[in-house]
Amino acid sequence: MDWVYLIEVLVGGLMSGVMYSLVAIGFVLIYKSSGIFNFAQGTMLLFASLTFVKMTENGIDFWTALFIAAGIMVVFGVVTERYVIRPLANQDLLALFMATVGLATFQEGFSQFIWDSDVHGLQMSKFLDIGLLDPAPIFMSDHIPWLDILIPKFDIFASLVAGSLIVVLAFFFQKTKTGLSLRAVSDDHMAAMAVGIPLQTVWAVVWAVTGIIALVAGLLWAERVSVSFTLIEAVMKALPVILIGGLTSIPGAIVGGLVIGVGEKLGEIYLADVFGGQGIELWFAYFMALMFLVFRPQGMFGEKLIERV
Amino acid sequence: MIYRETGNFVTNYFKDREIFPMKFDKVVVILGLLFLFLYVPTTSEYFLSAHVIPILAVGLATVGLNILTGLTGQLSLGTAGFMCVGAFGTYNLMLRVPDYLMSLPVALLLSGIFAGLVGVVFGLPAIRIKGFYLLVSTLAAQYFVWWFFNSYAWFLNYESSGVVAIAPKFYDYWGLGNLLGVDMQGYPARYLLSLVVCIGLSYFAKNLLRSNTGRNFMSVRDRDIAASVMGISVPKAKLLAFFISCFYCGVAGGIYSFLYIGNVDLMIYEVDRSFTILFMLIIGGLGSISGSWLGAIFVYEFPIVFTWIGDFIFQGAFNTAVVENVSNMVYGVFIIALLIREPGGFAALWATTKQKLRMWPYPH
Repeated sequence: MDWVYLIEVLVGGLMSGVMYSLVAIGFVLIYKSSGIFNFAQGTMLLFASLTFVKMTENGIDFWTALFIAAGIMVVFGVVTERYVIRPLANQDLLALFMATVGLATFQEGFSQFIWDSDVHGLQMSKFLDIGLLDPAPIFMSDHIPWLDILIPKFDIFASLVAGSLIVVLAFFFQKTKTGLSLRAVSDDHMAAMAVGIPLQTVWAVVWAVTGIIALVAGLLWAERVSVSFTLIEAVMKALPVILIGGLTSIPGAIVGGLVIGVGEKLGEIYLADVFGGQGIELWFAYFMALMFLVFRPQGMFGEKLIERV
Repeated sequence: MIYRETGNFVTNYFKDREIFPMKFDKVVVILGLLFLFLYVPTTSEYFLSAHVIPILAVGLATVGLNILTGLTGQLSLGTAGFMCVGAFGTYNLMLRVPDYLMSLPVALLLSGIFAGLVGVVFGLPAIRIKGFYLLVSTLAAQYFVWWFFNSYAWFLNYESSGVVAIAPKFYDYWGLGNLLGVDMQGYPARYLLSLVVCIGLSYFAKNLLRSNTGRNFMSVRDRDIAASVMGISVPKAKLLAFFISCFYCGVAGGIYSFLYIGNVDLMIYEVDRSFTILFMLIIGGLGSISGSWLGAIFVYEFPIVFTWIGDFIFQGAFNTAVVENVSNMVYGVFIIALLIREPGGFAALWATTKQKLRMWPYPH
């Protein structure tokens, strides 16, 4: 077995896992705080990054564009809460899920309607002078002689961003008062309202924060892939990730992302021949998640459900 | 005024369980069937091929999804995958089984059963996995089926382009066309076959809703633990729902490929189509068979009508991208607005209208 090649595959898998995790975090945030399975996460990514890219293409500088895009996402989050989520509070979760499917459809049409349906590239190194955004990869053989692999610097940058997001969110959920009320709301809408938690405010905050996370994730995805409607498929890839990690766990989103990222790459290389065809990446993640869920239906870090009639 | 229960006397228990208990309804249904069977086939080929047959195909798939999601409460995003099984199954049955044994209606039925079995396999995790976690199983079905038919060229008879046109001889029906002197490949004949299948299966679904099995499905949907406490076998109900639902989707796929577009093409069974059918279901109303058809008509016709408006009023100002985006926005708004205002979808609106007509001119 070629160990260097294996390490390269593992690193590549970990890096793409980080990208999945970035989308998954937004999912988990909303699920944790409201029990809503937010299908619109992928289109939020598209909307945020498309808004940003179109602004920079029209000559607005990086920080202003970032600021405006973040503002638009916050407004969008608040409007969503007011006109979609609030009227549906206390409905069953299937109805809320379908509402987010509707939201996703609307947003898919809306973002491409006001901007365009073209494929846009994004190169952040044109705006930001950060060494890690340099397109040239790191040659590991410069540092460790026998390790002859390449690591794109951008992947390290993305991992750092993801890592810091986790730290901030963990702090927010565990240490702040808003975080505490979020956890209460996710347990039981009615009970949280009964003890005086302002449900609407809390949800507006969550949707706004998720919008900003979508912007961050969207920009990273845009740099790595491009800005086009294919970003919506990121949501499809994030599904097995959050399900493996458990819907309610932010660390789960990260671990799930890494497991899926690595598993997918290893599967493609070592199992493709078994199945007699290339491209098993298309469905392998779902099968992994399925196998996992059959043994642990609530995911890796998910809270164990106790069901009563 | 004319829509009244007055004079409709129920004299035995059998009459009490009729689908259409009112005389007025019966007359409307019979006139509607006469219209569908006698008038619609004589309309233009274009109308049949571009509007009616595709609606019949996707509407049937919506009814199928309704049995699984609306009736049994199991979310599915694999509808297009199961349609794909149906389409490829029909094609391979027609291609590989000797002509004297196989004819299109039989092939549709068999491939429907085959799709149902595939559905049961992907439904197996539903015994253990619940709620949103089940999405991953149906998505696995969607992507796996797609990949499978894409990778194994045998199923497409080694057609390198990935699309295989359906040979005219497949519309032979054991020489029935020659016997009757009817062009069985023509759209009126195709329409009549799909209409018979769709009406038959809708009738079956409607009765399923009112049967013991259907009530079992609904109790699993409403609270599965309570259902199991009451002695309903939840795994059995779930798997049966998967089988029936995927049977419908498989037949719908066969109709879509054979009777509508006339070729077997993998590209039309991508995950987008699963979503379109989900939109039809939500807009039409979960748990209602007539709602599924209303939803299918609305979602299918909206882009066409919108393009038409663009062509006539705004001199072709809308290109396909605009039409697609606006359609998506409208679907989204409809889904959200209906969920908030009328969770039963179009079907509930229709039921309210009927109730109002019955009471008119009194408010209650």
